[in-house]
Amino acid sequence: MSNDGFTSQNGTGGGTYTNGPLLSPIALQPTTQDFMEGQAGCPTIAQSKAPLTSGTNPSRPYQQATEVSMYQNPSGSSLPVMPPVGPLRPMQPSQPDPNNHRMSMSPPSQSPTTLPVSNSYYQHPQQPTSWQYRGHPQIEAPSSGIQLCPVPSPGPSQVYRMGTATPSSFHSASQSPGHSPTSASGNNLTMPAAAYPLLPGQMSKADGTVYQSLPPGYQSMLGVPKPSPVLLPPQPYSLPSQQYQQPPIGPAQLSSSLAALSLQAQAPEALRVVNLLQERNLLPPGPIPAPTPCLPQDLQKLNCNPEVFRCTLTSIPQTQSLLNKARLPLGLLLHPFKDLSQLPVVTSSSIVRCRSCRTYINPFVSFLDQRRWKCNLCYRVNDVPEEFMYNPVSRSYGEPHKRPEVQNATIEFIAPSEYMLRPPQPAVYLFVLDVSHNAVETGYIDVVCQSLLENLNSLPGDSRTKIGFITFDSMIHFYNLQEGLSQPQMLIVSDTEDIFLPTPDSLLVNLSECKELVQDLLKSLPQMFAKTMETQSALGPALQAAFKLMSPTGGRVSIFQTQLPTLGIGALGSREDPNQRSSAKDVQHLSPATDFYKKLALDCSGQQVAVDLFLLSAQYCDLATLGCISRYSAGSVFFYPSYHNQHTPAQTERFQKDLKRYLTRKIGFEAVMRIRCTKGLSIHTFHGNFFVRSTDLLSLPNINPDAGFAVQMSIEENLLDMQVVSFQAALLYTSSKGERRIRVHTLCLPVVNSISDIFAGADVQAITGLLASMAVDRSVTASLTDARDAMTNAVIDSLTSYRTSVLAIQQPGLLAPACLRLLPLYILGLLKQKAFRTGTSTRLDDRVFAMCQLKCQPLAYLMYLVHPSLYRLDTLINEGPQNIDDHIISQPRVLQLSVEKLIREGVFLMDTGSEFYFWVGRNCNPVFLRQVLGVQSYADVPLNMNHLPELDTAESGRTRAFIGWLREQRPFYSVLHVIGEESPLKSIFMQNMIEDRTESALSYYEFLLHVQQQVSK
Amino acid sequence: MEAAVFILSLIDCCALIFLSVYFIITLSDLECDYINARACCSKLNKWVIPELVGQALATVLMLVSMHWFIFLLNVPVASWNVYRYVKVPMGNMGVFDPTEIHNRGQLKSHMKEAMIKLGFHLLCFFIYLYSMILALIND
Repeated sequence: MSNDGFTSQNGTGGGTYTNGPLLSPIALQPTTQDFMEGQAGCPTIAQSKAPLTSGTNPSRPYQQATEVSMYQNPSGSSLPVMPPVGPLRPMQPSQPDPNNHRMSMSPPSQSPTTLPVSNSYYQHPQQPTSWQYRGHPQIEAPSSGIQLCPVPSPGPSQVYRMGTATPSSFHSASQSPGHSPTSASGNNLTMPAAAYPLLPGQMSKADGTVYQSLPPGYQSMLGVPKPSPVLLPPQPYSLPSQQYQQPPIGPAQLSSSLAALSLQAQAPEALRVVNLLQERNLLPPGPIPAPTPCLPQDLQKLNCNPEVFRCTLTSIPQTQSLLNKARLPLGLLLHPFKDLSQLPVVTSSSIVRCRSCRTYINPFVSFLDQRRWKCNLCYRVNDVPEEFMYNPVSRSYGEPHKRPEVQNATIEFIAPSEYMLRPPQPAVYLFVLDVSHNAVETGYIDVVCQSLLENLNSLPGDSRTKIGFITFDSMIHFYNLQEGLSQPQMLIVSDTEDIFLPTPDSLLVNLSECKELVQDLLKSLPQMFAKTMETQSALGPALQAAFKLMSPTGGRVSIFQTQLPTLGIGALGSREDPNQRSSAKDVQHLSPATDFYKKLALDCSGQQVAVDLFLLSAQYCDLATLGCISRYSAGSVFFYPSYHNQHTPAQTERFQKDLKRYLTRKIGFEAVMRIRCTKGLSIHTFHGNFFVRSTDLLSLPNINPDAGFAVQMSIEENLLDMQVVSFQAALLYTSSKGERRIRVHTLCLPVVNSISDIFAGADVQAITGLLASMAVDRSVTASLTDARDAMTNAVIDSLTSYRTSVLAIQQPGLLAPACLRLLPLYILGLLKQKAFRTGTSTRLDDRVFAMCQLKCQPLAYLMYLVHPSLYRLDTLINEGPQNIDDHIISQPRVLQLSVEKLIREGVFLMDTGSEFYFWVGRNCNPVFLRQVLGVQSYADVPLNMNHLPELDTAESGRTRAFIGWLREQRPFYSVLHVIGEESPLKSIFMQNMIEDRTESALSYYEFLLHVQQQVSK
Repeated sequence: MEAAVFILSLIDCCALIFLSVYFIITLSDLECDYINARACCSKLNKWVIPELVGQALATVLMLVSMHWFIFLLNVPVASWNVYRYVKVPMGNMGVFDPTEIHNRGQLKSHMKEAMIKLGFHLLCFFIYLYSMILALIND
């Protein structure tokens, strides 16, 4: 049954693209298990909300227009029309016929229909910098927020004349675009096919060192005729013209031929037609901003930050059939617990919610009249309670629409007791450590104990915080840390068949009361097992013990495991065949081997226990099975392959830094998250680490700031009369201080009824993120080949749909709207990602870990995995420095991931998220080497260099500032590797060159040709 | 003899009808949030094998009594049941997996399946009833 969401070539090949079978239409049922509330229906005053006039915001939504020039070829203005074979390209065997280039350029070695692809990796610098909470001047309170008085003092009675509620006159999307399409005569696109010289013989291998002989890019800037915007055909979209209007051009300047240009210029930048086969420089120089929904300015100003809440389509199609026609996935990507620099917090005795669908009041509700508001999700009319009439910010009465709840799309409530099923529990941390021989060998226990000792005081919590330890090899060791003991007492349970707790009360102890004992234990623990010869690992029983210990309170269990569990329940056998690692055949064993860990995870979830897994192992550990324990209990998985304290210093450093972040980051307990959407939309699939307890309720025993979620949606009922739809994610959690809190994010998006508008609003990064999650699901439920095909088909389908439904005039080439121009590149990146690559040797655990990451990383960090960024470092001085937090930081442009960009005279930095590769060219300027690396010449560059020396030179300062700035943008630590041309890590570096061809994978250009072939079928 | 076979089938069929109704009720309870996924799936998984056996029993009865038409009618459903049971991945907790049931429209497809089975069993019920009466008259 291919109800997986998207099609594949192998599968039924039919229609259900993303919008496969739908889930129940009752996503917005009023039944809530945890959210309960008494609402006092008090008569109050309301105001008509935000007349949605459209004419007043010229050129607001599509502001990216300024970037046009960046995406275009440098040879922009003058368009040299030259013969296809330019003098710049020396070798071009078998130049294909210009007129049928689409077909003739098939890769020599392999059929283009199969896409064996290899290498991969990460990133796009996203800017997860602390975002300024969209400033609303009336909230004067700093970051801490506003305390609302529960009982309002009735202000002086005022006369509320709310102007004759302008009925939201939203521009109709069917308005004519205001220009007649220019005649097609303008686009004499007889583009010679030579734009991309595909030189099969010369394609360098992934680790080829002969950079000079590479194909000179698809387009060597000069020599190639390219279509100018003038030549592009007019697009037949019918747009709400005012939205896209640009400052008018004086009529005097318009010659008759330029008139067409100016009309063309009215097209939104997002829909500019890009011929992917001709334009090479598609990467923007810096981070890619999220597209701005095409909303009236006053609504958009209030909208949720895209880093927190993002939709793959910023314009929601009106009907499911329209969505099917566009063949783009519809879904939301969330990062609900992101660390925010500013977050309004509201304390209120009653929280205003819709009576029928339980939606929290938000900026997008409409106030019908003076005392009623209309829910924007279910359209029920609700009363405004009396106390909501008082605005604590302005200290005035009768302005409910000015309350912080209605002015902020992201807000946090301190929940009253109705939101608690039991009194808030203390923060409880249990550490379960593997102390078998193998574990002691790696030496990780030192690091863990040291980190814990250092961060014991900064563990989030209050005076009630509890802590406990369990160690295990073939037996389970408990530690009695009760107050009054002179030293920690170890209790050994050797019966792993029927596990029991020796002294249930004294194993988890209050941290502040027993701190000294805990410290004693942490100091002695590394030595206690130094001589152990026990090689067995009874992980399953240890987990059962941990579950028993934690069930009364809930909390967080951190498991450190270094080998395959071999003893007791949950023992696993090795499933990986090392000889199959690089086979192009289907990868087996991506799904769990037993349901023990899943069942235990669900038990944990029921008792509000989350299990975080740290896997430090050189051998196969069956992460696919072990990962279940974290996946369904909303934990996180950390993986340090081949960890060893001494042998892999870089790993050790990363482990230390990650542990520090892990121990000190914010944490929420006993959390549940509900995602609601406007009636008519329904969520049918969820991605991330959690357990879906009921149709739209995610059970999250723990929530951490680094967890991301994605959901897929379908349109169940046509959204005919709606101008906007809203989505609300409400996260109810207990803070580490024992407060029950609700964090609410609301996103509002326009509804459109034309397919070109859907394409104009497509968010390529979000689409990639969602497709990655869907593909992970597909590879587990079906097969990896299926998932790879499905991803390729996703590109083909959407571009086909664009070609047939949006473009009126067919022209040769592979055409994409500007907003989707990076989709093929990102999908190729995914195909070469560790998770999905075939043909390159990939350990099963590495692959499964990459899959876990694709599913539960927030989008900003996920993009590092999909498309790493490459910067040139030795020319930093010329790269537009920016002042960021009083530091001048150079901003080099992001280069394409192709070996052609590397030059031996240069120094490059590749950012793959968790790793930086500092690539030094052989002929690199010795001054740079001296000033930055502190070595005299290229030959002196050490092999294992993981830090840049702190030299007192301008170059060094600049380089370190830039790398430091990159590191600041992510919560995890990125290890730096300095590599030269002979370094052993070079092959990994080269695997990330996703635009290049490898033995088993297509180059970007070949991939485009394959897509084009399918699109024009 | 003939009558006995059909009486037995009839009883079997009644049980299957009740089982289908139970499946539908439980699944719709889940749809309406009255029970959570864990409880729903553990309830339903218990009855997957009895359903399989019941269906197989009816099929075998028809085979041994050489009622080819009814046998052929039953074979697809019986084999679907077996296929579904065999195809459960090792890591799943049964045909109904609480972690999957809310994903990819599984709940809906389970519901649809239960409905179709209910219809099928009702049809069978009347066929057996008719055949039984016929057999009794012929005796």
